[in-house]
Parts: sequence; structure tokens; C-alpha cells
Amino acid sequence: MARAVTNNRKALNTAIAWTIGLLIFFPILWTILTSFKTEAQAISDPPVFLFFDWTLENYSVVQERSNYMRFLWNSVVIAGGSTILGLIIAVPAAWSMAFVPSKRTKDILLWMLSTKMLPAVGVLYPIYLIFIKMGILDTRTGLVIVMMLINLPIIVWMLYTYFREIPGEILEASRMDGASLKEEIIYILTPMAVPGIASTMLLNFILAWNEAFWTLNLTAAKAAPLTAFIASYSSPEGLFYAKLSAASTMAIAPILILGWFSQKQLVRGLTFGAVK
Amino acid sequence: MNLRNALCAATALVSVSATAAFAEELTIATVNNGDMIRMQGLTADFTEKTGHTVEWVTLEENVLRQRVTTDISTKGGAFDVMTIGMYETPIWAKNGWLVAMDDLSEEYDADDILPAMRGGLSYDGTMYAAPFYGESSMIMYRTDLVEATGMEMPEAPTWEEVAALARAMTDKDNEIYGICLRGKAGWGENMAFLTATSNAFGARWFDEDWNAQFDQPAWKETLTFYVNLMNDAGPPGASTNGFNENLSLFQQGKCGMWIDATVAASFVTNPDDSTVADKVGFALAPNTGLGKNSNWLWAWALGIPAGTQKEAAAKEFVEWATSKDYIELVAANEGWANVPPGARTSLYENENYKDIPFASMTLKSILSADPQNPTVDPVPYVGVQFAAIPEFAGIATEVGQEFSAALAGQQSIDEALEKAQALTTDAMEAAGY
Repeated sequence: MARAVTNNRKALNTAIAWTIGLLIFFPILWTILTSFKTEAQAISDPPVFLFFDWTLENYSVVQERSNYMRFLWNSVVIAGGSTILGLIIAVPAAWSMAFVPSKRTKDILLWMLSTKMLPAVGVLYPIYLIFIKMGILDTRTGLVIVMMLINLPIIVWMLYTYFREIPGEILEASRMDGASLKEEIIYILTPMAVPGIASTMLLNFILAWNEAFWTLNLTAAKAAPLTAFIASYSSPEGLFYAKLSAASTMAIAPILILGWFSQKQLVRGLTFGAVK
Repeated sequence: MNLRNALCAATALVSVSATAAFAEELTIATVNNGDMIRMQGLTADFTEKTGHTVEWVTLEENVLRQRVTTDISTKGGAFDVMTIGMYETPIWAKNGWLVAMDDLSEEYDADDILPAMRGGLSYDGTMYAAPFYGESSMIMYRTDLVEATGMEMPEAPTWEEVAALARAMTDKDNEIYGICLRGKAGWGENMAFLTATSNAFGARWFDEDWNAQFDQPAWKETLTFYVNLMNDAGPPGASTNGFNENLSLFQQGKCGMWIDATVAASFVTNPDDSTVADKVGFALAPNTGLGKNSNWLWAWALGIPAGTQKEAAAKEFVEWATSKDYIELVAANEGWANVPPGARTSLYENENYKDIPFASMTLKSILSADPQNPTVDPVPYVGVQFAAIPEFAGIATEVGQEFSAALAGQQSIDEALEKAQALTTDAMEAAGY
């Protein structure tokens, strides 16, 4: 029987949730507000919150100085491409680990995850040299491959967890009905795991969108995504916080909007199988 | 069509295709600061004159340094021109990573480059990067606050005079702090300031046999003087303050004086951003009477990576961006206060530039720094606020953390110096010195 929750308790929980939510969101809100200030207002002490002369000048300067659409398109291609490529490889891999496990499956899963523990800078030079040899330095193709490889362990792990929740008997039944392996994965398994696949997709898209180490180090002018766009407005010698905030707002806006519209799917997928 | 017309048409066609064949697209890596952004805005002039187009990669200073180092050390070829500093230039030139700037055109007039800049950007007597702009450090002080103390700021003050003025100007109840100095840890942050200051106190990083010198009295004197002065007259939380934090404090009228990069002069005197724009005076960085001032020397310069496929076009760009004509171009478009300073002698002979309030002190500061002989006692390295060896950046960042902790009161000055001595000795031994 579900426990009765009093109204007071509900109100308290809501208040705590809102407080934590606002605290987490505050840096983003402050960035957005700063983007509408002048440089002098951006550093004023005491800081001004809402009552200042709102200006769009920073956005116009950023727009004039940088080709925002090129950075945006590179981000979309790199994040989208690496996520799709990752899923194409990870779905069969997770299927085999979930439904046809071997003695070593657990070890392989742990080994895959352990590669995430390696500091990225440790393999910067080898990867940079490979990119030079292959002629894919400063290309979107190169970035798609690297981002896919970086996120692959997480994609496999997430999908493996979701697939484990699906009863193997259903797949067995489809096999008895004459479904081939390909048909089993495409027509039986995938539709049942849609919430999990969708949340895996979204999470990896966000991770690839925000990734800054490889996207800064393996690009120059042609394939640079929005992380490089933000980095171009940061300066240790000069107060350009309002312009930096405008650039940051423009960089995070697409992912914020995507996150807003897909939050239900994301939460559903992330909590899938969490309560048993 | 008669023969003459046909010949004319053929000549025109050849000219067009020749221009197209030699027109290159250059990729240039640069830092984000006012002068560099202004240059990006004027690129059309370069394209119009040469036919070459430019793709800019603008990055934050530390990100840029890591990015271009990776590329040049692997011969990646991602960039045709790189913005590099005085620290990297001699090290990279020694490694054979840079194209020598020894065949610049006569019209360019390389002899006009300030000798200090040329020396700092050379290796074995050959220049390997052309200075886009140069800077030193100097005192920027509030004329009204100095006047209120009844004292005076000399043009070349000693550290004792500066400390006395700073303490007299301090009014902590009204959030006025006599002196703002860098405290944030980093080789280009607090250690740039403290290394330059230590030169004036007779300290040095290494003796002639590359032995660390933090166990010598001159370093203890330097650090003790700095920590005591900041405790008495500095702002709260100074151990986390870098250039931007101090600029913000000064612009809001909270610093009596600030010793930092000469490029800051244009910011603090800009009435759009600074509340004290009309009350700023300038003086040389302090000394202790030993013959060395506490000012540093730095240049952001344009270098060409060895092995680039577009060397000729890259050199044309470097000549354009660091030429006298470029200075005239900026002056015509943005005014004389916005021209890149500190690179050419002729700029300081220009009557239009002499009216800029900080021009004279900037030049005096640059001329008083000598990267070849930075210290009172002889040293085996080149560089005023750094030692131009590859290991320096890593070691100095760690030493900077110890000194920053001493300023924050987390450890004593003796502890900080002991740790600095130990870690520097270990790192230098490991590097084979």
C-alpha cells in the first residue's frame, strides 16, 4: 500500500526541490543576465540583478565577429554523428552482452568503463599523430570518430542495463517464430527498448555537445564547434565578461531547448528499471 | 578580333589565373585581446593587397599555448601563422620549429623594431617571430589619492617609497586598498610579477650552474616584503587576484595603485569602463637601488611554423600585421590610442602618439627591461619574468602555488621557500641540469 503523504510534507519537498533546482540553474541564469549588460555593469560591485539598462549590443558584437552558424552546424554534426554511429555499434554489442553473456562479459564491461578513467591528455599526442597521418585533423569526420569512441563505453553500458530489463523469453519466442537475428534486434528488441535508447541518445548528444578537450585540440578553423566558439571569447587580459556571457548563452541555447522539450523522455529513460 | 585584342585578352587571363594560383588561405591562431580582435577586423586590407584570405582561430591564452604547442611539436600543420610569446620563441627556435625572420623586405624596416623586443624574440642572433605588440609593467596610480596623502609619487620610485604611499592611501573601512598586485598562482600570473620583483631585490631563479636559489636571503626578502605589504595595504582575497580581478578593482576606484602590464593603461583611462579614468598617473615599476627595476618584458609575436606549405604567404601576412603601415591603418580607423604599442621605435617618435598619456612611460618601461641580463648577479638563462627553458612553466606554476598559499596565510614564508627550493631542485635534476 502506498504511504499517505501529507500536504505539509508535499509543500516542504516541493520547496526543497525548487531551492536545489534554482541553485543549480543560477549560474546559467546569471550568464544569461550578464549577456544583456554592458561590460561595466557586468563587473559592478555590488552586482546588479535585474534593474539595469538591458542591451543586445554583446550579441550584435559576437554575431559580427564570429560565424556562429558554422560553429553551430559543426556542433550538430559532431554530436549527432557520433551519437548515431555509437548507437549502430553499441546496440548489437549490448544485445550480445545482455542475452548471450559469456564468462568474460562482466570483465569486458568493466574493462570498457575503465578506459574512461584514463586522463584524456595522456593519449593526446598519439591521437594527434594518427589524425595527421590519416589526414583527418580539423575535420568533422575525425571528431565524429573520436567522440563516438569516447562515449561508446557509456552507450554500451546504458543499453546493456536497459536490455537486461527485457525478458529474454520474448526474444526466444520471436526466434521460434522464425525471426532472424537482424529482425529480432530491429523489430522486437529495439521497439521495446525505445525509452532507453532515446535517453541514451539524448545523454550522449549532450555529452558530445559539451565536450571541450578533444574538440579544442583536434580542430582549427574548419571543424571547430561551439566549445571553440566560447573559448574564443575568454581572455585573461581584458574584461570581456558580457561578450563571453553572450557567446556562452548562444552556445548553450540549442541544448537547453532540446533538454527542455525532451526532459520527460530523458527522466523516464534514466529511471527505467531503477525501482524494482 | 585582331591580334592585339587577342594578346591583351590572353595576358589578362594569365594574370587572373596567376593571382588565383598564388592566392592562399591562411589559418592563423591568435589570442583574444583588444589588439588581436582589431587586427581581425582589418583583415580585408591584407586580402585586398595580397589576394590571400585568412581564417582566424581565436583562443584563450592558455588554451592557445597548449593547442599550438601540440601542433608545432608534431608538425601537424594546422596553422600557418601562430601567435606566440617571448617565452616560447627562443625555445621553439632552438628546436628548429620556427621559420627564421631573416629575409624580411627592406620596406619592412626590421631595424625599427625596439631592440629589447628583437632581443627577446631572437635565438643565436636571428629573429624568429615578429612582435605584434609589446608590453612591460609599470605603476598605475590614483593621482587624487596620492595627493590626499600629501606625498608624491616619483617617476622611478623605490619599493620603500611605494610601500609607504600604499599604506598611507589605504582606507579599509571605505574599501580603498593602497596597492593591488597579482596573487593568483601560475607562471604567467603571480610568478611573472614576483620573478620581476625579485630581480629588483637581487634574487635570481638559478645560479650559473643551474642550482635553485630560493634558499638565498634575497628571495626571503622579496617574499616577506610582498606578503607584508599585501597584508597591510592589499585587498581581501588577494591570493586569488590576477590581471582581470585587479583591473576590475582599479576601475571601480578601490585600488590606490596597481603594478601590472602596460597594456592595462588604455583600459583604466577609458572613461566608458573606468570610474577613475581622469585620475590615473603612471610611474616606472619600483626598484631597490640595486640597478634593476621590477618590470617585466613581454611581446605577443607572430611566428611561422617550420614546414608550412604556405611560407611565402605567411611571411607576407607577418610583414603586413607588424608593419609601420599597419599602425597607420589602425590609427586611421580606430585612433592613435588603439594602435598596437611597444613594438616599433618609430611609433614613439610619432607626434600623434606622443599625446597619449601613457605612451612615454610605456616606452621607458620597455627600454628599462633587459631579457639578456635580467638580474643583479649573472644567470645562465634569458628572460626577465621567466627563464626561457622548457621546464620553467611547470616548475614556476608549482612555486606560484606555494607563494600564493603563503600570501593566503596557509603557510609561512619559510615553508613556502623551502618547498619551492625542494621542488625546483628535484625538477631540474630530473630534467638533467
